[in-house]
Amino acid sequence: MDLNWTSLLPLVFMAVMGLSLLAYVVLDGYDLGVGILLPFATDAEKDIMVSSIGPFWDANETWLVLGVGVLLVAFPRAHSLVLTNLYLPVAVMLVGLILRGVSFDFRVKARAARKGMWNALFAAGSLMAATAQGWMLGSYLTGFDRAPLSLAFSLMIALTLPTAYAMLGAGWLIMKTWDELQAKAVRWARRVLWPMGLALVGISLATPLVSRTVFDKWFSMPELIGLLPIPVACAAAFYAAWHVSRKPNVVAAGYGWVIFASTVLLFVMAFLGLAYSIYPYIVIDRMTVWEAASAHDSLVVIFVGVAITLPAIVVYTIFMYRVFWGRASELSYGAAK
Amino acid sequence: MDALVLSRIQFAANISFHILFPTINIALGWFLVYFRLRGNLARGHQDARYWEEAYYLWTKVFALSFALGVVSGITMSFQFGTNWPGFMEKAGNIAGPLLGYEVLTAFFLEATFLGIMLFGRSRVSDRVHLFASLMVAAGTTLSAFWILSLNSWMQTPVGYRIEDGVMYADSWLQIVFNPSFPYRLAHKLLASTITASFLIAGLSAYQYLTKANNGGSLKAMRTAITVAAVAVPLQIVAGDLHGLNTLEHQPAKIAALEGLWKTEKSAPLTLFGIPNEAERRTDYAIKLPGFASLILAHDWNAELKGLDQFEGRHPPVAPVFWSFRVMVGMGVLMLLASWWAFWTQWRGRAFQDRQPFSRMQLRVLAGMTFSGWIATLAGWYVTEIGRQPFIVYGVLRTADMVADHPPGLVLITLVSYLAVYAFLLAAYVLVLMYMSRHPAMPTPDAPQSPKPGMAIGGPA
Ligand code: HDD
Ligand code: HEM
Ligand code: HEM
Repeated sequence: MDLNWTSLLPLVFMAVMGLSLLAYVVLDGYDLGVGILLPFATDAEKDIMVSSIGPFWDANETWLVLGVGVLLVAFPRAHSLVLTNLYLPVAVMLVGLILRGVSFDFRVKARAARKGMWNALFAAGSLMAATAQGWMLGSYLTGFDRAPLSLAFSLMIALTLPTAYAMLGAGWLIMKTWDELQAKAVRWARRVLWPMGLALVGISLATPLVSRTVFDKWFSMPELIGLLPIPVACAAAFYAAWHVSRKPNVVAAGYGWVIFASTVLLFVMAFLGLAYSIYPYIVIDRMTVWEAASAHDSLVVIFVGVAITLPAIVVYTIFMYRVFWGRASELSYGAAK
Repeated sequence: MDALVLSRIQFAANISFHILFPTINIALGWFLVYFRLRGNLARGHQDARYWEEAYYLWTKVFALSFALGVVSGITMSFQFGTNWPGFMEKAGNIAGPLLGYEVLTAFFLEATFLGIMLFGRSRVSDRVHLFASLMVAAGTTLSAFWILSLNSWMQTPVGYRIEDGVMYADSWLQIVFNPSFPYRLAHKLLASTITASFLIAGLSAYQYLTKANNGGSLKAMRTAITVAAVAVPLQIVAGDLHGLNTLEHQPAKIAALEGLWKTEKSAPLTLFGIPNEAERRTDYAIKLPGFASLILAHDWNAELKGLDQFEGRHPPVAPVFWSFRVMVGMGVLMLLASWWAFWTQWRGRAFQDRQPFSRMQLRVLAGMTFSGWIATLAGWYVTEIGRQPFIVYGVLRTADMVADHPPGLVLITLVSYLAVYAFLLAAYVLVLMYMSRHPAMPTPDAPQSPKPGMAIGGPA
């Protein structure tokens, strides 16, 4: 393949799409995770948990819209192929996201007597969305195969992703809360860490088994060595999370963020691994990035938009995180204490 | 029923639900900026508190509507792929970038600054907070710009070429500013202004009726009535112009909405009647001779094309015909209501702090709280059903675009969406009424702010 602008642009969009989806999974991951953990908290804690994600969730979800948007804009053929095949899980995810997004607001505005119902819908919606996303990832990786083995594989990811999100959510709460709730979040992190880790290992081993293409890419000689940093970084991240979550005094000393950071690192590594497995396909074994790309002119038009706006988006996103920096509690009760 | 019909119902249900909330928010965002500015200007004066109260309540309504708008919008962005794959394959080169620009320029802007607007009041300076509110309002308006550009292009496609059945862009300038776009944008922004005005006036009236009013109620109500009294007549003019533009580009739609079965000179205006598609005539019609020609061509004797000219290429007549009458009827009602209220308010202007309206007026306004929704939906049904059987007018047929899912599958998702939407719509209306009756109800401690209870819109 010769390197020219026309063949490069689809790759650029593949990268933009991948990074948006990674941003989505990490960012919405923590707020979905907080939703999944909600039933395990007391009523007072629920309020704090929800407000710790209040200013962020909407922008977090917008990364999903961008990811799907890029799929649609840059790869219309893949867009239809992927979404028609994922019809039902997409609908489940959407209903989950709807219930969750609105419960958020309704729970503080409705009559007090109804709050329990909105809390329950918030948690249920978060779990639905997370599970459906896991299923979607699974069927995407198996090329939408409907054989029992492939379905079992998708099911496995569907059950795992919520634990990974819960881990992110717990990590977020450790950074954003204090005292009793923080201690609880550490306990939650400890509890989901192992199931998440084991499932990740399981999935990593199963993926090459369900896909010959993936198998060939990983288990051939010089590549395997070059790829070693990925599992090594994963193991290191896992160890760090495990270590900190078992030491209350380390968390108390202000290193709680390590748990969140290492979970994010796990996600990033998983993403890199996936990207490597799939490239140059956009739908594995069926459609390459170039086959799916839309007209060059249209790509250029949207590329200009991406090049101008994405940096701006990053800047004001950082600005927002700085505005709400620090513990969810510190400032609000600081004056009273 | 086949997958096509079900997919159409599902798409219509989803977008009808989605549009309800942006329609409110596009204008409400600007109302909020105005309340803030007035509050700032009145600093140190009693009025400052009143404007603050209005800001406080309506920010909560904005936040709630925004949440509903966002989640239903996310649903929309998946619908194209899940149900209308053909559309993106054939028109993706043009629809894609327009949708892409909406996400990049509008969605991130509004979503990010919304966080600061709702939760950051006590964390940033007053200036930055005002700036954030402005960005949110600008973002919602920008959203409308892009999506309406796409929708208008689908109605009046220009600036493209077709190769092997796929559409390619020739001129982006022509595509974005296609012939029906300026009319649709103006008409839609006005619709949104009117919808938000009647919502504000209606819920404030409801506050008076239930004795839940505070200082903010009157401020908000006066503003809303003034805006409505100006915007409704403008909307009627804009609607007329929109109709003329449609006559030029989509005469079949106009023939359907007027119930014109036959091409004729000096065509009559049908005020009322029951379209009879089988016999191709309108039963029990009440007609004003020559008036349709007068309104649409500004000439008594002009010839108007009837549906007989568009055999097999015109939309179903009854839904378009009825929707149009509902929209125009609502417009007339709104004109009467807003001018009546404005007249009362004008006479009572000397007593700024006294509520001038009669109980009767309050009841009428409260009854019309959601009238904007009805007119807006009716208008969209005219527009969208009126362009059938095409998805991109004259170029792509809706029936060729649909995904061939088993009908049972589409039925399942359709029923689930409908159930969720019905539930949420009821919850939304009830919660709006509840919030109006408890305008000062603080949201629970918002730990993101220094003072408990200062979450949204400052102290109650
Ligand atoms: C508050 C809402 C509202 C009100 C009071 C009116 N409209 Fe409207 N109308 C809309 C809200 C709307 C809308 C929802 O915004 C539509 C749908 C698509 C569009 O562009 O605007 C619309 C579409 C629409 C169309 C279809 C254009 C097309 O598809 O090509 C026509 C001809 C009119 N309007 C004309 C009128 C007239 C003559 C009115 C006089 C009373 C009127 N509208 C009041
Ligand atoms: C926001 C207000 C809107 C409403 C209430 C609305 C309503 C509708 C309705 C009722 C139909 C079904 C027509 C029929 O089947 O006879 C339809 C069709 C359609 N609309 Fe809209 N629409 C809106 C805006 C838009 C916009 C902005 C777009 C594009 C970006 C759009 C794209 C479509 C498409 C692709 C169809 C064809 C699918 C179908 O026929 O069901 N709509 N819409
Ligand atoms: C097929 C058509 C449509 C699609 C695919 C779509 C998609 C979306 C999406 C994904 C969002 C969420 C954005 C976020 O995360 O912040 C959204 C919100 C929004 N949409 Fe739509 N939309 C459509 C039709 C419309 C129409 C017809 C209008 C108005 C004329 C509109 C105006 C808005 C506005 C103002 C918002 C901001 C949220 C709010 O204020 O409630 N959209 N839309």
